[in-house]
Amino acid sequence: MALAPAKSPLLTSVAAETRSRPAVRRLAVAATRPPSRWRLLLVWLALLIVPFVAPNAYIVSLANMMLINIILIASLNLLMGYGGQISLGHAGFYGLGAYVSGVLNVKFGLNPWAALPAAGLLAGLAALVVGVPALRLRGLYLSMATLGWNAILVVMFNRLIDVTGGPNGLLGVKPFALGAFKLDTDIRQFPLLWLVSLLVMLAILNLLSSRIGRALRAVATNELGADAVGIDSFRTKLLVFVLSAGMAGIAGSLYVHVNQYASPETFSVSNSILLVVMVAIGGSGLYWGPLLGGFIYTAVPQLLLDYEDFELMLFGLVMIVVLIVSPTGLAGLPAALRRRLGGARSS
Amino acid sequence: MTDCLLRVEALNCNFDGVRAVADLNFDVQPGEIKAVIGPNGAGKSTLFNMIAGVTRPTSGRIWFDGVRIDTLPTFRRARLGIARTFQNLQIFREMTVLENVMTGRHIHGEAGLFGALLNGPALRGEERGMTEAALALLARFELDGFAHMRAGDLSFGQMKVLELARALAGEPRLLLLDEPAAGLPQTEAEHVGEIISALNRDGVTVLLVEHNMRMVMSLSHDILVLNNGMRIAEGDADSVRRHPDVLAAYLGEGQHA
Repeated sequence: MALAPAKSPLLTSVAAETRSRPAVRRLAVAATRPPSRWRLLLVWLALLIVPFVAPNAYIVSLANMMLINIILIASLNLLMGYGGQISLGHAGFYGLGAYVSGVLNVKFGLNPWAALPAAGLLAGLAALVVGVPALRLRGLYLSMATLGWNAILVVMFNRLIDVTGGPNGLLGVKPFALGAFKLDTDIRQFPLLWLVSLLVMLAILNLLSSRIGRALRAVATNELGADAVGIDSFRTKLLVFVLSAGMAGIAGSLYVHVNQYASPETFSVSNSILLVVMVAIGGSGLYWGPLLGGFIYTAVPQLLLDYEDFELMLFGLVMIVVLIVSPTGLAGLPAALRRRLGGARSS
Repeated sequence: MTDCLLRVEALNCNFDGVRAVADLNFDVQPGEIKAVIGPNGAGKSTLFNMIAGVTRPTSGRIWFDGVRIDTLPTFRRARLGIARTFQNLQIFREMTVLENVMTGRHIHGEAGLFGALLNGPALRGEERGMTEAALALLARFELDGFAHMRAGDLSFGQMKVLELARALAGEPRLLLLDEPAAGLPQTEAEHVGEIISALNRDGVTVLLVEHNMRMVMSLSHDILVLNNGMRIAEGDADSVRRHPDVLAAYLGEGQHA
């Protein structure tokens, strides 16, 4: 190589000056590198003990819901935390997956194993249709478009009574089955949900540590810079939007065959907003954030069953407190504390 | 079409009736370092942005290696082999230094979405190659010790070099530099100058816009001087320095070439 100046003046000016900057960060940025695949496997292996230590089937059913919610929140985190795009229609894609899978099963007799990928594909296809016009425009257009889209879906779930069962819900959905062995109890469903959620988390991890994942984060952090290195930012955003909706569709299919039932209010706009809150509370753009978000999203409503409206208020309050203490969410808390303590020591 | 790498033909750019660039023609030959200078408001940045794809020309044509590029979006120009740096740094601050340079190699990767999701062997091989190439580039720019640091935590001078490294990672045929020395103390500016001439010796064609006269005069093979959006002189450092119109334009601004 031709270049070898003896001593570069650039190296003498160290980065210390920038460290003292206040920790003001935008909500949606990815700061840390994704963890190793082994760590993911270890965490999921640890989750395997839940059915063995759970005191009753109710706790196992909550663990099942948590695994579904983790898929839901992790896929939204991919779009929002790493891709910098906020969707207010994630529950809508979840619902679309649930109804597609449920209706294909109930009305057309399709096997749940075949309905599962169909639900993912259709949710992804719907995202393509919504995303192409919305992502052409910069700013909050995707949020607006997805909000409207979610509202339309809820109306359809309610009004297409012949197909969806309307407000009474879709009844008679069959569970997944391995031959004659039906996955119709909580303990039998757990392994399937465990495996699918692991695969989704692994796929997200793989994506993040790939060229496409870097392009995605580059577009979210600096679109001008991304353009300059030859990244098609529109295509990249669309790709991740479709992927994230597809994952929500898969979560929906799991939901409908696990519960053997679906009703419109599960997929409301307010649940979409709650999912965004869960991404932020867990840690937007942090790989482990959705685990915490999924846990809170599943557990807290159970603790507050008697105070329905209080739930939303509490989530709002918690979000404010968490984001003040640790702008990067609960998963970012250790780093935030370290920064704070480290700052106190040096000053 | 002759064998020039970049050709600008009858290029115009108007902003609300103001002619920022007027009827400009020039070529960039392969292997040269060409500089565009001129007083503030001469139209240098507008010209640069039209070549990079940020600003649309009002009329005129830009050719890159025989391909007309003036209506192409920025990322397509990058894929043809035009890389750039920015006057006010546009690095990926939230990514590591290494990831910044690897992202600069984006156009040389082929792995698609499904390969990425499944982390297949082809992808892993490509990743390894990209990492090695990026690390080699960082070593060349003496940034290898910072590879896993958050890019936003680098010093300003280091960020400038990182942006240059990111641009080169794509192995461009034309490198557009927007004020590479701006904001740097003289010693660091000289270091950047050394890097640019070393790159040029390796065969990279450079078009730069720069205020630092010492850098422009020592680096450039050919200098284009703009004033009020028009060409007032073009030639090597000596001829430009003595050109009466250039002296007039700069003396009007109270600056000496």
